[in-house]
Amino acid sequence: MANLGDLERSVMEQLWASDATLTANELRDRLTLVGDAGERSPATTTVLTVLARLERKGFVSRTRDVRPHRYRALLSREEHTAELMHEVLDRSSDRDAALARFIGTATAHETATLRRLLDELARN
Amino acid sequence: MGAVAALLGALAVALAWPIPVALARAAWPARAPGLALALWQAIALGGALSMIGCLVVIGTTPDGSIVDAAASLLPHLLTGPLPAEFGVIDVAALTLAAGLAVHLLLNVAATAARAERERRRQHQLIQMLTNPLPGEPGTRVLAHPVPLAYCVPGLRTATVLTEGLVAALSRDELRAVVAHERTHLDQLHHLVLLSFRAWHSALPWFPIANRAERAVTVLTEMLADDGARRATGPAVLVGALTLLGSSAEPGAYADTGGIAPDSEMLTARLDRLETPGPELGAFARSAIVMAAVLIVAIPLAAMLAIVG
Repeated sequence: MANLGDLERSVMEQLWASDATLTANELRDRLTLVGDAGERSPATTTVLTVLARLERKGFVSRTRDVRPHRYRALLSREEHTAELMHEVLDRSSDRDAALARFIGTATAHETATLRRLLDELARN
Repeated sequence: MGAVAALLGALAVALAWPIPVALARAAWPARAPGLALALWQAIALGGALSMIGCLVVIGTTPDGSIVDAAASLLPHLLTGPLPAEFGVIDVAALTLAAGLAVHLLLNVAATAARAERERRRQHQLIQMLTNPLPGEPGTRVLAHPVPLAYCVPGLRTATVLTEGLVAALSRDELRAVVAHERTHLDQLHHLVLLSFRAWHSALPWFPIANRAERAVTVLTEMLADDGARRATGPAVLVGALTLLGSSAEPGAYADTGGIAPDSEMLTARLDRLETPGPELGAFARSAIVMAAVLIVAIPLAAMLAIVG
């Protein structure tokens, strides 16, 4: 049995995986619920409920000027992860230390990538 | 009346300055963090009660009791004029008492509400972004390379570890970190800290508020360390703490504000894990409990004595 939370997550996975905006029907076709009666797609109304919840939570944005409405992920998974990490790291009294330790564990290749990204940041 | 007001005033001053300063400097809390935490709670509660109580006793002097003073003041509060026996000092004391009580309660409510709102957002993100850690119920892993562990308290709880943390630690060290976070959750440390955080934000100019919150934060970390030590033994926990430092667990409570554990606190925690002091004796323990009870009971009794 899939609960609403699992379904929200599956919808986000689909939106994150898709480059284009999607309609509720397109999303429904990409989702499968595993239940007692085998695999089936959720009802379109269920998908719309889930999308409304996700929109309220700030995960999804909706284009309203076309029918049917089209949906896309507001931020990428990485951006949301960064939001979560920021909230937690902002509380750290020793934020620099957390980053320093992270860089200490980075491989030579990762360090080179970091240096390149920092240079790009500095130039912009 | 004068004697009661003087007693409460003296208690309020003692609880606002010399007692917290002495307790923050004392060495024994590291040996009995649970008791020290209880004593800190008593100091905060007793301090607020005696401060407000002292003002109430002064303000109700003309009628000699809280009930009589309320009966003669309340009917005139909005319509005025106030009864002649209440002078400027009485009215000022009562206004200050009411203002202080409301200010403190509102700050607790606002701090709790903000924390709850931030935790709800945390749960939304955690549910969307993390995967369960096999074998550890209630523990989720976030795909991020910076090593970090924290927990989200409340009705719904979660412990979150980053992939960077999981990769950096051995299996036993990971167990120690999870046990540490779970102790924060099981012992409801966020509620213990809430009153001090609110106190700090209600009285930011109060020199002791910061020191008290800091001391209480260290004590909750020590209690969580004790939980981890029971699960894995001290050596594993010391290994994990040394490897991660203080920044990997920036306070466990998933909301902004408050004091996060820092490297100075980590030194104190490592010291007591590596060379634990002797258990506190039975006499000292009962003396601390008695002190905590008295600190709250004295202002309560003094106010009850002038109720009717």
